[in-house]
Amino acid sequence: MSKLFPSKTAPFAYSTNSVQKTMTTVLLALAPATLFNLYLFGWPAILLFAVTVGACAVAEASCVAVSGRPATSTLGDGSAVLTGWLLAMSLPPWAPWWTGLVGAVFAIYLAKHAYGGLGQNPFNPAMVARVALLISFPVVMTTWVAPHPLFSANAPGLADAFAITFGGKPIDAMSSASVLGFVKTELSRGIPVTQSITQVPNLMDMAIGYRVGSMGETSALLIFAGGLFLIARGIISWHIPVAVIGSLFLMGAVSNLADPARFTGGAIQVMSGATFLGAFFIATDYVTSPVSKQGQLVFGVGVGLLTWIIRSFAGYPEGMAFAVLLMNALTPIIDQYTRPRGFGRTRKGDPLPLKVNS
Amino acid sequence: MLIDVGSLTVLGATLGGLLGVAARLLSVEEDPLEEELKAMLPGSNCGQCGFAGCGQAAVALAKGEAPVTLCPPGGKAVAETLALKLGVTADFSGMEEKGPEYAVIEEDLCIGCTRCIKECSVDAILGATKLMHTVVTESCHGCAKCFTVCPTDAIKMCKVPVTLGNWHWPKPDVGQMH
Amino acid sequence: MKLFPIRGGVHPEYRKELCSEKAIVSMPMPELLYIPLQQHIGAPAEALVSEGDLVKKGQMIARGQGTVSVPHHAPTSGRIKAVTQVIAIHPSGLTQLTIVIEPDGRDEWADLPAPIDDPFSVKPQEIKDRVAQSGIVGMGGAAFPSAVKLNLGIQLKIDTLLINGAECEPYLTCDDRTMRERADEVIDGARIMAHALGAPSVIIAIEENKPQAIEIMTRAAEAQPNVEVVGVPVQYPMGAERQLTQAITGLETPSRKLTADLGVVVHNVATARAVQQAVRYGRPLVSRVVTVSGEAIREPKNVEVPIGTPVAKVVEFCGGFTSEPARLVNGGPMMGAPLVSLEVPVVKGTSGILALTAGEVKERPASPCIRCGVCITVCPCGLSPVEMAPQIRKDHLDVAAKLGVMDCFSCGSCSWVCPSHIPLVHYFNYAKGMLAEMDREKKKVERTKALSEEHTIRLEKADEAKKAAMAAKKAEMAAALAAKNQAASAAADKANP
Repeated sequence: MSKLFPSKTAPFAYSTNSVQKTMTTVLLALAPATLFNLYLFGWPAILLFAVTVGACAVAEASCVAVSGRPATSTLGDGSAVLTGWLLAMSLPPWAPWWTGLVGAVFAIYLAKHAYGGLGQNPFNPAMVARVALLISFPVVMTTWVAPHPLFSANAPGLADAFAITFGGKPIDAMSSASVLGFVKTELSRGIPVTQSITQVPNLMDMAIGYRVGSMGETSALLIFAGGLFLIARGIISWHIPVAVIGSLFLMGAVSNLADPARFTGGAIQVMSGATFLGAFFIATDYVTSPVSKQGQLVFGVGVGLLTWIIRSFAGYPEGMAFAVLLMNALTPIIDQYTRPRGFGRTRKGDPLPLKVNS
Repeated sequence: MLIDVGSLTVLGATLGGLLGVAARLLSVEEDPLEEELKAMLPGSNCGQCGFAGCGQAAVALAKGEAPVTLCPPGGKAVAETLALKLGVTADFSGMEEKGPEYAVIEEDLCIGCTRCIKECSVDAILGATKLMHTVVTESCHGCAKCFTVCPTDAIKMCKVPVTLGNWHWPKPDVGQMH
Repeated sequence: MKLFPIRGGVHPEYRKELCSEKAIVSMPMPELLYIPLQQHIGAPAEALVSEGDLVKKGQMIARGQGTVSVPHHAPTSGRIKAVTQVIAIHPSGLTQLTIVIEPDGRDEWADLPAPIDDPFSVKPQEIKDRVAQSGIVGMGGAAFPSAVKLNLGIQLKIDTLLINGAECEPYLTCDDRTMRERADEVIDGARIMAHALGAPSVIIAIEENKPQAIEIMTRAAEAQPNVEVVGVPVQYPMGAERQLTQAITGLETPSRKLTADLGVVVHNVATARAVQQAVRYGRPLVSRVVTVSGEAIREPKNVEVPIGTPVAKVVEFCGGFTSEPARLVNGGPMMGAPLVSLEVPVVKGTSGILALTAGEVKERPASPCIRCGVCITVCPCGLSPVEMAPQIRKDHLDVAAKLGVMDCFSCGSCSWVCPSHIPLVHYFNYAKGMLAEMDREKKKVERTKALSEEHTIRLEKADEAKKAAMAAKKAEMAAALAAKNQAASAAADKANP
């Protein structure tokens, strides 16, 4: 009997885990926030989203085909779609179509397959793409708009949307600054935080989402709910989100206490920008974050710290993407120093001492 | 402009100096090459490579004066290991891929000439003139020198068998995963 | 009793309901029995019989060799058909020397050693000798000679004999049924073993998914003040010796040491029962309870199988296959070995024969590792499969050894939980085997070097001896010549004054 030949060892039973199941659950968790934001920002956002996700899928298929395997063999695991989805969430909703395309090229070709495909990339592909776009096309990538909900009075119709996304129709007239961007610009003009902060949407608005930003920045509450869903399903653990949000909040609160005119408070830090998206969906990416729980805590604290530093002192209003990439670079060394203790051994690896028994 | 050039020069010199110091202080000890090469050879000092012993062969290999294919008892496995260590490519076409072997004397053909006893560099053959010769299997490491000198072809080289005691699982084949 | 948590572990689908309510049944004797000489850890036994000999049931047919070995006994009366190479119940498919017995149908017992009426008043050595001559090995699957394990009480102070009734593998129910149907025998055997070890207390640990066994064993142990029955949480691999010891005592067995160094010796429930049979009745180990289960078996059962029965006959007794099984397993699905053929014999360590369908196994081809890290979370040994497996794949076995692959006992938790179905345990089994082979080769090279040096020294000594002899001879000849010359010159002087 050919089936009896010992081609493999035990175990001969498996759990129901699968890569596909994981990716689909993450997409499910992202769905409410995504749908709400697509509604908030209307047709241009929908078109850009479609282009980005589609481009990532095509890029993935083409890479796989070039390596000699059937083109659609890896699309099934959902990782390329997830990368495109997260990338779309971090782009300005009314950005032109080519940002999605170029982003897909950066994310899939450069940040994923150039390193060997699924599981081999040291850097988060969506964040590599976002950062590359931000540095290469700063104007386009920092042109934000206020929400123009679908079917509302001043929302662009489908034809207008095509013009905006594909036709390059200028949208300066409708652009406005995101919260962090506004605060930073005002600071550079000499206006202290205490003053500028009164002019931004209040916390509740930021939480629900009716404000300027990328699709991943608005509606913190829906993203948070999605994140809790992921933890409940066991897809991610609480370590990274708690560490990121906790350290960011702490740094914000402490610095605000020390110098309220210079630094925004903890709540603003946590509620603005892509904090929740970053903490629950981006920093928790399996491949680029540490494998042990202690390592994940260190990683999360690093992300939070770096995000605060970049937001407060560096030239960019939003620091999450850079922070994640910088901590991705440290993941291998974090992993090396946070290995679990072996059973029957000390932390150093020697056998545990034995009390004499005879 | 002077300040620009000067400051960069000072910076470069300082950093370069620091790197140099670090290279010395934090340098990794390299094992002596000869010891490592000697450990890779079978160690029986049989002399088939033309050197008096495995130690001298290792010295020659380290200096690059001997080819990695010099050891017949080691076979392809040893040659490949040496090539990997020395970072050279070599032509293995002359060597067969044979696993570990041991010598067996066929008693019917043995004439008790003691030529094999004199050849064996590890004293693995018991016997005396005109008396039966026999190979002590545990000591034999398959260099095949006795096989070469036996005038009656009474010696044959047999493969060391896989038994329940030394079998192990082969490497899993996961196909084209990456 | 206060219990302690164990690290990691998983919760597979147990599927015990296929067999747990089926009482132990006996099966008819097959036409031929195949008793391999090596069914245990240690040196193989040495055959005492040859073709044509007549044997009775329980007669010793093979003698243990060396300290870590056991004898084997005829499972029934009959004639020795052959002592020959037969395929072993081993994933390699290799053969081993096996005694083939043709039963005569009469099932007559040989003269057995006298029952030890009061085992608690005799010297412990007498119990150990009886266990040794009865061929008893660890029946949980490890098959380590039990008498050797009982000897641990000589050099170490043993506080507790821990009887392992956890049976944490899915599908297997042989220990469960043994505890339910032979509770008194198990407890008696446990107390006898405790006496042999010098251990004052006995703890019987049973996983909480066996409530009837816990109840029955607790009732049976009521009369014994030093025997306590404890329910342990259902968590694979609770039945592993070190994990069970940690759950009961809270102590981690240091690496490279035994649980006995902590004062605890662990034995399986079926082993305890076998000891009771040997001590009270003089009966050696000639049969064992085997769970035959899996959806591809028509009538899953717990069968009392004579040692040496071909697996095919056991499966036949259980109604045969309902469909072609996707996997045939010797043991449990988590740590069992694949069955190479149905013609292999059941041996002393065979706790289960499983015929699993594809739906039960749920195998998929391996896909790339996504570094989810769940394997680290579930590893009971605190290892890092996600790091070890790629090192082994790239043939960096020394790196894998440094990461601790030799500590792995192949429980299978990591492979079970991996979302990409990477054959982690297979990598580690390969690495462990390969490292052992490399170690053997290194030792061989060292031996060869030593022999070669001795050879050189011997030749040098012979050379020196030769030179010394030559020099001595030369000196002798020179002295003789000098004497001759002197005599000649003296004579010449005389002749010419």
